[in-house]
Amino acid sequence: MDTDKTRIQSLIDKHQGLKKNLVAILLDIQESFNYLPPESLRQVAKALGMPLIDVLGVATFYRAFSLRPRGKHMCLVCLGTACHVRGAQKILEEIERKLDVPAGENTKDGQFTLETAACLGCCAIGPVVVVDGAYQGHATIRKVAPILDKYRKPKASGKRPKAAAKTATRKGGRAARKK
Amino acid sequence: MIELILNGLPVKAEEGWTVLETANFYGLEIPTLCHHEGLTEFGGCRLCLVEIGEPPKSNLVTSCTYPAEAGLVVRTDTNRVWAARRMMIELMLSVAPGSKVLQDLASKFGVTKVRFTPRNEECILCGLCVRICAEQMDAKAIGFQQRGHKRKISTPFDMRSEECRLCGACMYVCPVCQLRCQGPNAETALCNGCLTMDPTCLEHYDDLQCWMYDAGRCGTCVREKKS
Repeated sequence: MDTDKTRIQSLIDKHQGLKKNLVAILLDIQESFNYLPPESLRQVAKALGMPLIDVLGVATFYRAFSLRPRGKHMCLVCLGTACHVRGAQKILEEIERKLDVPAGENTKDGQFTLETAACLGCCAIGPVVVVDGAYQGHATIRKVAPILDKYRKPKASGKRPKAAAKTATRKGGRAARKK
Repeated sequence: MIELILNGLPVKAEEGWTVLETANFYGLEIPTLCHHEGLTEFGGCRLCLVEIGEPPKSNLVTSCTYPAEAGLVVRTDTNRVWAARRMMIELMLSVAPGSKVLQDLASKFGVTKVRFTPRNEECILCGLCVRICAEQMDAKAIGFQQRGHKRKISTPFDMRSEECRLCGACMYVCPVCQLRCQGPNAETALCNGCLTMDPTCLEHYDDLQCWMYDAGRCGTCVREKKS
């Protein structure tokens, strides 16, 4: 707990403890903790000398912030007009099915957070799926599984190397690295 | 002194007055829900809309935030203004049909139908409570959270705030906290009980049942007789 406090304090000090740097401070905390713990918001409000409700107003306004812990990987599906007419809704449904989680929630294993966006500004390559900041353009239902697997596989095989096929790929991966 | 034209009449406003203050000074009634003396202007309810400029290039602006300018031509009650106000009342009624203030406004402006699905959220996000809490009570216990259709007014983390002293100022200024009178048609989103000036009692009784006249048009007596 105390270490968390010093960690947050160092982030506040990094921005000179100025009110105008509130968003920057919150962004750093979000990056450091992968979410904004309630205690951190109280601490920020106290350090910057502003009411807690104003800090929360900012923290709940921007989509970059989350008050609940996020999964390891951020999966963002664009549902803007251009993506919508090219079937973004069906892609979202497919991802919801694959991850077994509704939009805006974390998967049970804490690997993914599924979010939707109104428009990402790259309509030309729509429908767009963004995983950990990597834009996957011209997404289709068929492409969804490989994209997700790319982020899921190393973790899954590392944790429980049950299936023979998975261990094989792991070995293959090691061999490739040695070469 | 600033000279401007209000509904065709030349009027004088003091430096720093808004159009709304000028109109109120000359006895013109402009409906508003988010304006309160002693609080900063918000311009959120859009009920105080007035038309400025000459017709082909006229604009609708919120009079509570628009400063009185020299030579400004303001018209407070045109067709366009009333249409906009009716629309706003209809929209707000669909969010908070339980509000007496809104129901009265609907009757006054002749809003006879609500075309939107009632949401019963009982908050029109006028921000009066937020401002009185921060500016007059110096507590800053409540504020806006989220955005878009999720926007709401709440305490931090939706819990009892440490800053809140339970002074009740937020409820005092709230335009939708006062519940509408529970008349005979209380089930619908729109009451319109005050639309006609006939007392409701006379449809069911020979004599007027209460001598409160305007206040007695609540229909309580009729409801009691029915049940």
